[in-house]
Amino acid sequence: MLDARPTVGAVSLRSLAEWIYRFILFPIGQMFVFVVGAAVVLTLFAYGLALLFPEPRPNIVLVDQVNRQLPGMIISGITTGFVYAMIALGYTLVYGVLKFINFAHSEIFMVGSVVGFEVMRRLDDAGNLPFWNPVLLIMLIILVAMLFSGLLAVAIERIAYRPLRGAPRLVPLISAIGISFFLIDFVRAFQAITRNDFNLTYPTNDLEWLRTPVKLAIGEGTVNVRPTQFVVVLGAVVTLIALNYFVNGTKLGRGIRAVSQDMTTAGLMGINVNRMVSLTFFVGGSFGGAAGALFGMNVGTVTPFVGFIPGIKAFTAAVLGGIGNVTGALLGGLALGMIEAFLNGLLVYFPALGQRYTDVFAFSVLILILIFRPSGLLGERVDEKV
Amino acid sequence: MATKSVSQSPWMNVRTTMRQPVVAGALLVAYILAALLILSNLDRGSLWFPLYSTLAFPALVLSPFIILASPVRTPLKVILVALLLFVAIPYLGMRDSSYLELIIQICIFAGLALGLNIVVGFAGLLDLGYIAFFAVGAYTWAMFTSQANTVFNINGWLVSGAAFYGFIFLGVVVAAVVGILLGLPVLRLRGDYLAIVTLGFGEMIRVIANNLDKPINFTNGSQGLFDVGRPPVPPLLYNSVVGAEAMLGFPIANATPLSQQLLFYFIAIGIIALIIIVARRLDNSPIGRAWTAIREDEVAAIAMGVPLVRMKLMAFAMGASFAGAIGVLYGAKQTFVSPESFSLIQSISILAMVIVGGIGGIRGALFGAVIVTLLNLLVLKNLSLQINALRNVDFIVPIINFHIRDWPTQLEPAKYERLIFGLLLIVMMIFRPAGLLPEPRRKMELLEAKGEEPVTVTAENPVVTAQPDAGKA
Repeated sequence: MLDARPTVGAVSLRSLAEWIYRFILFPIGQMFVFVVGAAVVLTLFAYGLALLFPEPRPNIVLVDQVNRQLPGMIISGITTGFVYAMIALGYTLVYGVLKFINFAHSEIFMVGSVVGFEVMRRLDDAGNLPFWNPVLLIMLIILVAMLFSGLLAVAIERIAYRPLRGAPRLVPLISAIGISFFLIDFVRAFQAITRNDFNLTYPTNDLEWLRTPVKLAIGEGTVNVRPTQFVVVLGAVVTLIALNYFVNGTKLGRGIRAVSQDMTTAGLMGINVNRMVSLTFFVGGSFGGAAGALFGMNVGTVTPFVGFIPGIKAFTAAVLGGIGNVTGALLGGLALGMIEAFLNGLLVYFPALGQRYTDVFAFSVLILILIFRPSGLLGERVDEKV
Repeated sequence: MATKSVSQSPWMNVRTTMRQPVVAGALLVAYILAALLILSNLDRGSLWFPLYSTLAFPALVLSPFIILASPVRTPLKVILVALLLFVAIPYLGMRDSSYLELIIQICIFAGLALGLNIVVGFAGLLDLGYIAFFAVGAYTWAMFTSQANTVFNINGWLVSGAAFYGFIFLGVVVAAVVGILLGLPVLRLRGDYLAIVTLGFGEMIRVIANNLDKPINFTNGSQGLFDVGRPPVPPLLYNSVVGAEAMLGFPIANATPLSQQLLFYFIAIGIIALIIIVARRLDNSPIGRAWTAIREDEVAAIAMGVPLVRMKLMAFAMGASFAGAIGVLYGAKQTFVSPESFSLIQSISILAMVIVGGIGGIRGALFGAVIVTLLNLLVLKNLSLQINALRNVDFIVPIINFHIRDWPTQLEPAKYERLIFGLLLIVMMIFRPAGLLPEPRRKMELLEAKGEEPVTVTAENPVVTAQPDAGKA
């Protein structure tokens, strides 16, 4: 982790340049490297597969298919990857502080996507959705979802986890499962009563600029990119930079890092541990919420059950990168998103398997990592304290 | 125990009298008879029937626990429970087979809760994909008997219903093998990782069952396996049902399905009895003590020479094998097996049973299974029925003047079992982490960890000693 010298108020040009490098250029560069790295590795894999199985089905040459689909797969991989990375951050931050898997995080994500829907739907019902400035609208949706999910996460911690701190590991985990199930049905009941239906369709089709795909010219062909995909990537990059600044550049972030290193000592040093834990839940939860709203905008329809699969995958991403490690969550999310996009694109050509097994493959990744490298790609080895 | 020194208030007198074994026995018999009579004479046409049966049925089903907790002698307890299981409940089933159906469901879940209790309660391994082993058992039987167009049917590999009893053992073996195969890679993981991985395995088994209809049709995919075979009813059972009908003098709607149901009921009772015996013997064995050691402190257990992975695998396989046997029974009883029956909510509801009842205790697991199944299949369902019945007659709740008609139709209690389970888990974890019928040692562990009651190791709570022959970890 970067060391945190308080550079915020510094005046000299040199320290400003350093600040820009540390909190803007470096994170962006890191994301860029991760994206390119994952894309290159998976492209090599795809062509390797094409060499091994030149014609998985009669009259279908795999190399041609890979050539045709590659840009699409990479773009969709980046999109899902950033969503996973944002959810994975919630798992990782909480794990870093409490050494505990916040099982209810997938439902915090779900609530974020439902809140995002509610904001957009209400604006649409009032009739002024098309008149909003796109940037302002997206910022509003993301901020409301972040606030709501963040507060929800804090409340959950206060009600269901704090009374159980210090109990055997399984106790808060079971309580978290309880929260998760409670939230699913609570949202379902709420939507069933207020809207008479719990399949919630984002009114993205009412917006001209969100509906029309952008044509990107790559090589001789063009790829249609949905504007929501741009929104997801941009939104994710901006919030991730903000998070990096918060954790590594502010006093509160330093408090969180101190608590995650050693809760007791941090408490002795005058850090209010409970407040730092609440803050961690707020930050993690709000990232889950933002990811939920972005995810909802991207897929269009959300339900109260939408959290489970992304939640599991984001957890996989967090473990892949090394749980407790913020950079690791980013890397893991992007890698898993890419792997999934490639599986989705390529499994179709193998009739014996088919796309239906994408989730199984993504999950096998988790099991393989846990067996062969439990500390993840970037994590340090964590031994159990006796 | 009431002593003379206690001031003799009238209530105390009543309590002392009630504790006399003879009085207590008579009271128990009267209680069971009353519950049985009320239940079998409820009028199905009545407006309040759902509510009445919701109140009366649990009174009967929970009576074994009351018997076991009562101060009568053990032989009398055994006789009373046997009478309840083999006379009272079959009688109730003859009067109204829907209750028998419910009791079979309770038995199935009780078997699952006992199995999960071995994994979670004894060995402390949180398994969130337990339903997968149940699915393995159910599919083992269903694939070999279903009339669906599977590879087994096409090639004529189907077996007859008489093979059922053999398949119970096959289900045990297959589920145990699957348990070991799944356990081998994941059991080196720590508690919370294990939970997530088992959860994923549960989902994977479901996805695989859902998709294994091509290229070769094993499971018939999402349509499920229908017309699954059932064990043949022994003539003795059928004849006694017909005989009982003649003797008791009331018409039994259809003797054939009823005797089939009764057969499943008796098989379920038999399997559960077997599981209870095995679990009790295991709990008191060196294996059980090794599990306790692992549960309480893994690192210390390794240091003491407990072969960690082997013991964990054994717990996993043992729990899985029970689920496999129950799964075979379930497949035969439902005659329809589809991936939908094995979702995460099922795993969680079994976990809720173990936790509500009392984690680590056999009686607790049984109690939890009864409570949660009743809640899920009787209370919530009947509340929905009751609300609908009241809505149809435009009932107005007195005092608060609420029209039941205005109750939102979407808000049917039966649809919100997740909400109830979720709340149940949270409330139990915060207020009674050791369950409603706590197991003493488990309670001690949980309280000790919460720092409420400092507990020292005494002769009653011995630490596990090193086992020189236990091999290397």
